[in-house]
Amino acid sequence: MDTYRPQHLKSALQLLKAGKGRYLMIAGGTNMIPDLRAKAIRPKAFIDISRFKNLSYIKEEKKEIRIGALTTISKLADSNTIQLFALPLSQAAQQLGNPLVRNRATIGGNLADASPAADTAPPLLALEARVVMMREGAKERSVAIDQFFLGPNQTRLRRDEMIKEIIFSKVSPHAKTAYFKLGLRNSMAISIISIALLLEMEGTFCKKARIGLGAVAPFPMRAYRTEEMLTEEEVTERLLEACGQTVREEIDPISDIRASKEYRTEMVSVLLKRLIRQIAFQQPV
Amino acid sequence: MKKDQTYWVKIHINGEWKRAEVFPEETLLHVLREKLGHTEVKEGCGKGDCGACAVLLNGEPVNACLTLALQADQQKVVTVRGLGTPDRPHPLQESFVKRGAIQCGFCSAGMIVSAKGLLDKNPKPSREEIKRAISGNLCRCTGYQKIIEAIEEAAYKLRTDPKP
Repeated sequence: MDTYRPQHLKSALQLLKAGKGRYLMIAGGTNMIPDLRAKAIRPKAFIDISRFKNLSYIKEEKKEIRIGALTTISKLADSNTIQLFALPLSQAAQQLGNPLVRNRATIGGNLADASPAADTAPPLLALEARVVMMREGAKERSVAIDQFFLGPNQTRLRRDEMIKEIIFSKVSPHAKTAYFKLGLRNSMAISIISIALLLEMEGTFCKKARIGLGAVAPFPMRAYRTEEMLTEEEVTERLLEACGQTVREEIDPISDIRASKEYRTEMVSVLLKRLIRQIAFQQPV
Repeated sequence: MKKDQTYWVKIHINGEWKRAEVFPEETLLHVLREKLGHTEVKEGCGKGDCGACAVLLNGEPVNACLTLALQADQQKVVTVRGLGTPDRPHPLQESFVKRGAIQCGFCSAGMIVSAKGLLDKNPKPSREEIKRAISGNLCRCTGYQKIIEAIEEAAYKLRTDPKP
C-alpha cells in the first residue's frame, strides 16, 4: 500500500475524493492500525491527517462548545472547559482506552469508527451534539448525532467526507449530569454498557431528560421512550421502576465475549436507576 | 510484481537524528526495533493492549505499535534508553532496580516511559495519579505494588535532588 501526507486540508479532501473509498484517513490510528494488522481493512493508501493542528481545538463560544475532529481524547480529558460545560464527555474521555491510547486517539476517529461501544458517543447523544462534515467540492453539512450512526461501524459519512467538528450547547446551570461506564476492568476496557444522563431538575421534579446509551444496540442510541417517561414528572421509586422496565424494552443488545445480552439488559436497568437516584436524591451509585 | 512504496524518515531518538527507510504501514515499534537498533522498546501484543512498547513522542507516552513510523517523521522520540545509562541512571531506573519493581523486566521499559511522562507533567503525583498514569501498562509479575513505590521514590528524588 501507499501513503499520502498532504500539507493542507484541501489536498486531503481532494485525495479522499480521488480515492473513491480506497484511501483511508488516519489520525491517531489506534483502531486503524490493529484493523490493518488483522486485515479487517485493506486500503490502497493512507491519507495521514494526524498533523493538521487547525482541526484540533476546544472552543468555548457564548452558547456553544465546538470541538475539532482531531482533538485527542487526552486533551478532552484534561480540558477545564469540557469539565465545566460537558462533564459526561470529560468523564467518558478519562475512561476511554488507557492513557497511552488517549494521547493519540481523536474524537473524530472515535465517532467515524462508530463502534456500538464508542465511549464519546453516549455523552454527545445526551448533549444533543451535531456532527459537522466536509468534503471536496461541496458545502459543509451537519447532522444531529442521533442521526449520525447507522449501524455497527457505519455512519452517514460519505466515502469522500470527513468529520470537521462536533458542536453542542453548553450544559445549562440547571442541568445535572451523570456518566457510568461498565467494563470488565478499570482500564483498557471496551464498554459492556455505558450511560450518559442529563436531567434538568427542579428539586426532585424532572423537567427534561436526555439518555445516551452505549454498547446496547447496533449503534450508540438515545432512550427516547424512557426520556419521555421522566419528562415533567416527580422522580419517585415507582417512576424509577417504570423507567427501569421501559429502558429494557428500548435497547437491542447482543451477547458477545464481554457479556450476554441478558446481563447488559439487566445492567442498563440497574445503572440507569442508580444514576437517576444519584441526580435526584444525591444517592451514591 | 510491483514493489511496495517506501519512504525515508528522519526521527530524533534519544537526542540524535536517525534515518530509516520505511513502508507506509510500518509501525514506529517495528522500525525502532528492526531498523534502528532500539530493541529496548518491547513488543508485547502489537495492538495497543499492553503498553510494553511505550515511548515518549514529543514528550507524550504513546504505544509505538499504534504509531506509524511515517507519523514520527521529524518528531522527537525518547525511549527508556534515553533516560539514563548504567553509569548515570535516571532516578526512575534506579528506583525500579532498588525497589524490586522489576521481575522478568518485559514491562519495565514501557512502564518507566509512562512514569517519566507522568513526572514530567506532575512532579508530585498521588498514588491514584500514579496508578492512572500506568493504567496502560500491564505487568504479569509484580502485582504493581513495587512499581508504584518505585515511582513515588523517584518522584521524591527528582523533587529534592536537582542533579539529574
